[in-house]
Formats: sequence, structure tokens, C-alpha cells
Amino acid sequence: MKVNTVEVTVFVIFFLGVTVLGFMASRWRRGSSLMHLDEWGLGGRSFGSWITWFLIGGDIYTAYTFVAVPALVFGAGAAGFFAVPYTVVVYPLIFLVIIRLWSVSHVRGFVTPADFVRSRFDSPTMALLVAITGIVATMPYIALQLVGIEAVLKTMGVTGEWPIIAAFVILAVYTYNSGLRAPALIAFVKDILIYLTIIVAVIVIPSKLGGWDAIFGAADAKFTEAGSGGLLLAPAGQLQYATLALGSALALFLYPHSITGALAAKNRDVLKRNMSALPIYSLALGFIALLGFMAIAAGTTPVGTDANTIVPRLFQDMFPSWFAGVAFAAVGIGALVPAAIMSIAAANLFTRNIYKEYLKKDATPENEAKVAKIASLVVKLGAVAAILLIDPQFSIDLQLIGGVIILQTLPSVAIGLYTRWLHRGALIAGWVVGMASGIVMLYNVPRIGPGGVVVRPHWGGSNFSLGKLGFDTTVTIYAGFLALLVNLVVAVVVTFVLRAMKVDDGVDGTAETDYTAEREDPSVRDLPDPLSNEPLAGPPPGSAPASQH
Amino acid sequence: MSSPDAPPAAVAPRRSDRSPWNWLLIVPIVVPLLVPLYNHRDPELFGWPFFYWVQLLFVALGVVSTGLVYRATRRSSADRAAARQAADAPLSRPAAQDGGTDR
Repeated sequence: MKVNTVEVTVFVIFFLGVTVLGFMASRWRRGSSLMHLDEWGLGGRSFGSWITWFLIGGDIYTAYTFVAVPALVFGAGAAGFFAVPYTVVVYPLIFLVIIRLWSVSHVRGFVTPADFVRSRFDSPTMALLVAITGIVATMPYIALQLVGIEAVLKTMGVTGEWPIIAAFVILAVYTYNSGLRAPALIAFVKDILIYLTIIVAVIVIPSKLGGWDAIFGAADAKFTEAGSGGLLLAPAGQLQYATLALGSALALFLYPHSITGALAAKNRDVLKRNMSALPIYSLALGFIALLGFMAIAAGTTPVGTDANTIVPRLFQDMFPSWFAGVAFAAVGIGALVPAAIMSIAAANLFTRNIYKEYLKKDATPENEAKVAKIASLVVKLGAVAAILLIDPQFSIDLQLIGGVIILQTLPSVAIGLYTRWLHRGALIAGWVVGMASGIVMLYNVPRIGPGGVVVRPHWGGSNFSLGKLGFDTTVTIYAGFLALLVNLVVAVVVTFVLRAMKVDDGVDGTAETDYTAEREDPSVRDLPDPLSNEPLAGPPPGSAPASQH
Repeated sequence: MSSPDAPPAAVAPRRSDRSPWNWLLIVPIVVPLLVPLYNHRDPELFGWPFFYWVQLLFVALGVVSTGLVYRATRRSSADRAAARQAADAPLSRPAAQDGGTDR
């Protein structure tokens, strides 16, 4: 395949321009030294409504929205549209939870979910499990971003091993020397580019294809002929659709990177306002998903067998080269912003909850910052490994598998924000059993190809068939959801047992009033605006251990 | 639930996130999960099957519900000013630093 010079040129210009802009802006009037972990990782922790909107939006609506969701809709039809109810359900679901996390983190100086678990349940072991879970679950999510960049590069004619290596190098360079501030600023440009592309696509493409009637009609004809997928869900797929939407929503704010983004908000009201403003992205997501049907109607074919290239290919077919280049830049930058935040969050977990807790207890802040940088590189290498291990044919599975894993931290992180009734020993037991059952279920999911043929017997997705449990049914369910139920049942039962045996459950390192603290309260650690030059006021979070003294 | 290192009430005022408005949040959580209710082709709208356009309508449902709850439960500027004043009271700050982290 020939390299498309115009596309590549426009892509590179936008890419370099936005990058340089972001880094320059992040250096402009920067606060104190970037060599402190909380400066590197949390950007100073006080973003207002707008920056938070872009930051969390950039976190959640990633290359996966642009590449993987429409690719799934292209291949499977209605089932791929789950991303819309997923992103509708998530905000009301976490509305009341996330503000409690914000408050307690700002009172006690927590940077990661594992910090919270350690202090709340007085359990370094559960904190370690939360940290490891967060890091491992983040890797396939970062991998998904690399897949997105790879798809764009492939479409432009860059072939072979190069796309994935280039994607990795770009990401590594991007994140090595900057904290949260550069991604937050770049997210702004990224969103403008993405909205521009979407608006143009939704206006131009349907009119070229003969209207929405023709688009849905062509999709219907394709699925009927193929005998798999469809414009509507098969009856057996409805439970999967609902549990996948709910499970993904529950998982989203357990991911360390979402928490990093949320903790950077200035106060509780900023977060609440964002919970009602963020769904605006979901509207765009709905249209993006339908690009999959547009590709069917346009007769677009992917590059080779890589379904992820379907949207870039559609843009190539429908837009002049220069605008396709702009759209590709949007996808590329849209992959880098979340990947940057993800690797920062995973690195925080490693540094604070593994390195400092277990490996080097007397680490200096400079030391921590250095380790965090190396850890973020290692996480990205893990992401590349995930791509090589799991065939990213349907890259959305990468995210769904990560979701199954991260959901196992829900009892300690989310329920823990409300009650510490669950015993720390029971949380560990629940995690172990939930994780094991989740992995066993994922292993037993076959990949079904066109016409119902089993392409791969294992690791084929996240829709676990209830028939495997002996039920006389073809109904499938999201494996993560089922694994979470198992986890919760074990945690509750073991809690009863441990409480009956009067096993010590440690001391709560937090107080009830921490969870409703407002920014103005004296107990809340006040950090200066990240874009100001003032030195940090008071002790930086993490410098004083919150759980012990 | 109380804990050994609970700061004195004067330092971190006891607040509550409780509000009857919060019940409204349940609507956009439950409705999009009732898949059989909208897994239909008709009625179509501008060529869109019901399944697709109604789910985009759920986005609006989510925005309106969470937006209403936010507006109804956010703190008034008087509350914020009162909290700020309490925080600036001369004795409360050192007490907060000690009471907040020590046990």
C-alpha cells in the first residue's frame, strides 16, 4: 500500500503543533518543582470546571470511542452500541460516590485508590492488591490507545512493524517529561478536533450515502446476509448488553486514571457540575458508533483483516486527503491524552503503594518522582506486550478484559467509601475468588466468527455464556459483572465468619466527617492553582502518612 | 460510625450529602438498562430505528436528571462564605492540622 503524502503531512503538522503547544503551555507559569511526585502526577490537584471537563472527558472518551466502538458496530451491529447506555449510566451512578472520594482524599492526602484502601481498612495487603489490579487493568487500556494510533498509521500506508513501534515511542516521549498539565491542555485541542470531525462526518457522509434510511438499510442487509449481528439485539444478547453497560460504568471510575482526573478537580461542586456536563460527550459517542454503519453502507473495507482501520478507511474514502489528515490527527491525539493520564496514574500506584510501601520506605520525593517516570515507561511496555499477546482484532475486548479485572476492586474502593462493615480479610478473599472466576470465565469465552463458526476457543471476548454453568440457555452475560457478584458474595460470607470469630479488623484511618469535607474546611489540604507560581502551601499530600503517625 | 481520630466537630463540620433530589439519579441509571423495552425497530425517526434514537434520548435524560440534582443540591454562596469564615477563624487551623492526622 502506498503512503498517502498529504494525509501524513497534515497528520504530522497537527501532531507536532499540538504537542509543542501543550508542552509550552504546561511550562508557562508552572508551580514548584516538577520533581515532586504529586506535582508530576496530579498536576497540583486543582482544576476548575472547564479543565476538569476536558481532562475527564479526555480520559474517558479515548481512541477507543473513535476506533473500537464503530469497529464493533461495523462487525456486530447493535451490540456495539452498548457504549452509549454505558456512558449514560456512569455519571448518575457515581455522582454521590466520587464527591466522597474527593473529600476524603483531600483531607487525608490520598493520591491513588490504594492509598484510600490502606488507610480505610488498615490493610497494606488489600492496598497492594488494589495497586496491582489497577496497574494490570490499565495496561490493556493503554494498549487500546496504541491500537488506535496504529490503525491510523496503517491506513495512511505506514505498514509492517513500524506503526506499533512509532505509537509506543510517541507515547513514551509524550509522557516522560510532563505531568498531568500537558495532557489537560492538549485535551482541549483534541476535543475541538474530534467535534469538528464528527460534525463534518455526520453532515457529509449520510448525504453522500443517500440518507440515514439507506445507511441503516445497508447495515440490515449485511447482517441478515452474514447471519450474525443485527440492527437489533438478539433476545439472548439483551442481558449481555445491559450487564456490559452497567459493568463498564461501575468499572470506569475504579480505573486509577479516572480517579486521578477526578481528584484534580478544584472542589466538590466542580465534580458534580461535570457529572451533568460530561454526558454531552456521550451524544458524540452515539454518532461515532454509527460511523460503523456508514462504513457498511459505503462498502468500506478494512486494511487487511484489521477491523480497527474501518473508521480511518471510511474517512479516507469520504473526505479529501487534507481533511482525512485532520481527522487522523484527532484520533492520534485522542489516543495520547488518555494514554498519558493512564500511565501517570499507573506509575503513581506503583510508586506510592508498591515502591514506597514495600521496596524503599525512606524514598525522597525526588526519588519517588524518578521511579514514577520509570514505572510509567514499564507500564507502556506492558501495553505493547498486551497487544502482542491478545489479538487486537476487536480491540474493544482489551478494554472489556481490563474492566473484568478492575471491577474486583469495587468492594474495597467504592463500597469502602460508604462503610467499612466488610472485613479486610473478607475483601482479600472476595478479590481472590472474584479475580479467579473472572479469569476462568474470560478463558472460556470463544470468539465467534461470521456464520457462528468458532474462530478461537479461548479469550474471545467478555460475553460469558450462562449455558457453560449448566443453564439450559444461550443467554450471555458480561463476565466482569458475574465475577463481581461472586466477589461480593464471598466478601459478605467471609465477613460474617470473621466477625463471628472476632478477628481484628484494624483501625479506620479516616473519620466520618472526612467524606463530606468541603474545600473551605481547614482539614482539606489546600494546594495552589496548578498554573500559578506559588509554592505549595503546607505539607504535600503523601509526605505525612495518613493512616499512621 | 465514629473512629478514634475523628476531628472535633468544630474543625470539620458534620455535613450530609443526603437530599430527596438524589432519588432522581436512579432514573437515568435504571431506564437505559431495561433493554427489552427499547430493543425495537419501530417507531423510526428520520430513518433511525427506535433502538438508536431512543438511546441518544437517554443521554438527554441523563443530562437533565444529573443537572437538576446538581442545581438543587449545590451549596449556596452563603454556605460557602460561612465555611470559609469558619476556616479562617484563628484557632481552628492548627487544631485541624493536628486533629486531622494524629491519633
